[in-house]
Amino acid sequence: MNLRAALAVAWRGLLANKMRSLLTMLGIIIGVAAVIVMVSIGQGATAQVTERIARMGSNILMVRPGAGFGPVRGAAGIESLTLDDATAIAALPLVRNVAPELNQQVTAAAGSQTWSTTVKGTSASYPEIRNLETAVGSFFTPEDTERAALVAVLGPTVEANLFPDGSSAVGRTITLNNLRFTVIGVLAEQGGGMGGQDQDDMIYIPITTAQQRFTGRQNVQVINVQARDAASLNTVQEEIAALLRQRHRLSSQQEDDFNIQNMTAIMETVADTTKTMTLLLAGVAAVSLLVGGIGIMNIMLVSVTERTREIGIRMAVGATSGAILTQFLIEALVLSLAGGVIGMLAGLAGSRLVAVLAGWPAVIAPASILLAIGFSALVGIFFGYYPARKAATSNPIEALRYE
Amino acid sequence: MGAPVIQLQGVTRIYASGENRVHALRGIDLEIAAGEMVAVMGASGSGKSTLMHILGCLDKPTSGRYLLHGQDVTRLAPDQLAYIRNRQIGFVFQSFNLIGNMTAWENVALPLIYAGVPRREMQARALTALRQVGLEGRENHLPSQLSGGQQQRVAIARALVNDPAIILADEPTGALDTRTSVEVMAIFQRLHRERGLTVVIVTHEPDIAAYCRRLVRVRDGLIVADEVIEQPRQAEKELAAVPAGEGKG
Repeated sequence: MNLRAALAVAWRGLLANKMRSLLTMLGIIIGVAAVIVMVSIGQGATAQVTERIARMGSNILMVRPGAGFGPVRGAAGIESLTLDDATAIAALPLVRNVAPELNQQVTAAAGSQTWSTTVKGTSASYPEIRNLETAVGSFFTPEDTERAALVAVLGPTVEANLFPDGSSAVGRTITLNNLRFTVIGVLAEQGGGMGGQDQDDMIYIPITTAQQRFTGRQNVQVINVQARDAASLNTVQEEIAALLRQRHRLSSQQEDDFNIQNMTAIMETVADTTKTMTLLLAGVAAVSLLVGGIGIMNIMLVSVTERTREIGIRMAVGATSGAILTQFLIEALVLSLAGGVIGMLAGLAGSRLVAVLAGWPAVIAPASILLAIGFSALVGIFFGYYPARKAATSNPIEALRYE
Repeated sequence: MGAPVIQLQGVTRIYASGENRVHALRGIDLEIAAGEMVAVMGASGSGKSTLMHILGCLDKPTSGRYLLHGQDVTRLAPDQLAYIRNRQIGFVFQSFNLIGNMTAWENVALPLIYAGVPRREMQARALTALRQVGLEGRENHLPSQLSGGQQQRVAIARALVNDPAIILADEPTGALDTRTSVEVMAIFQRLHRERGLTVVIVTHEPDIAAYCRRLVRVRDGLIVADEVIEQPRQAEKELAAVPAGEGKG
């Protein structure tokens, strides 16, 4: 019996019991779709984390006031870090850039438009550290910081809300808590940033201006430090710690009054965790493939019993047990592969839907498709073998008598 | 008559069912020559079905030899027996045994699938066989769309399609009414006469046995009589005498 004839016989057998075939395939369909969707979700999430790492800038350390890395870290009340600390850190040989931050909630106004947003006081090197680009105009300069100039750079969300007519904000005047600022630049769109901060919904001003006009204090909330390269990150972290302990005159019994986070390391941990989750989810999905396979075995056993007489007839006209085995094995294979293909289509559609809902790139790994299809074929052969074997070893005389 | 096609020498068949041993055949010696038309008669339990299964290579004797065309088939492996069933033997059953979701021609072509015949040739040969049993135009009907007599004719076409030397028919008219039975016997007689086929018909009806030229009676696993039928009934003449349309085809 050639393969084409066997395929035709198998296909017809499936069509003869459409509902039953569909229900049997459902297990495989769900399994394959689940594997593909889960792997896609995992890879989408990983891609997003990786993208954020890249956007955050490379080789970054964040120095915050307050000890530890708990819920109270960087609490507003702790004012141990100053602008002078930032200047001292910038003098370290392995440090490329330093940008202190001071954030404040403000109400911005332009004409009759008002918008509640965050104003971030920082230095001229902030865009370089955070990979920000200006779409129109330019970021403020070190001179602006030195003389605490009343200049502002807007995120695109702020511009859109203060100037809803679509005109450019550059060169216009806005007021922040009743102080007049000249807009000198608008940033290019960034999308969501770390920790839920929307980098687009932000106004950037020189940190000296923020200290003098808004907080009236010398402290800063964060010091972003960019090391020369990834290899020197740990050294830089140790040097900063030593420097700050010395500057803050901490005795060896006292704890640090600051903490340093290696953001790249944290993001890499997140990425690793995401990968582990992906494996876990794919594993759970693979179990449902297994359950689908048992469903196939079940229905093939029913089919073999139902068609005992047919098996007897085929043997009487010259089918060898090998031919009978092949026929039922192919039926199981067609069942599981058809389920695999339908499941793959459902999985692709599902991944796309999830990607759109979650707002991350739809990553479809060809490997996961091949794996799912290959695995469903394997399931078909594995769980189809026992029923097929049962059919192939039946006694033709008894099979012909079977009612 | 030609050389013997079938030679049974001291064939016994014992079924072991639990403690009991059932002696279905107790020592059968039988020779059937090429081109014979033989009826095997016996009551149920006489061993005639077991004899039929052994003749058809579906079962093996417990002892004794079965030579088919001079070849001892009792020593063959299952796959070799399948090959012999495919090439040398055509079965016709009481209950037709057609596959329900296959059309008439596909049922007829079934043995050709296992003979490795290309698909195009398969259909041509199936249609030829259907024409020989008078079923042209019905090749695409499903068995459920055919009458009992037509189904049995499809089964006969299936038995013929691979040009076997022997046709084995097990109660071929058992499920048919009288007129249809005569029609089926007419087909057997014609195939025997025109193609020189060896036909063995197992039956318990004397009326059906009377269409054959030789009668073998089996009782309690032994052959009790083996006689020549001098004046076999002629199915085609009987059909011509009875106006068509009285029975159902």
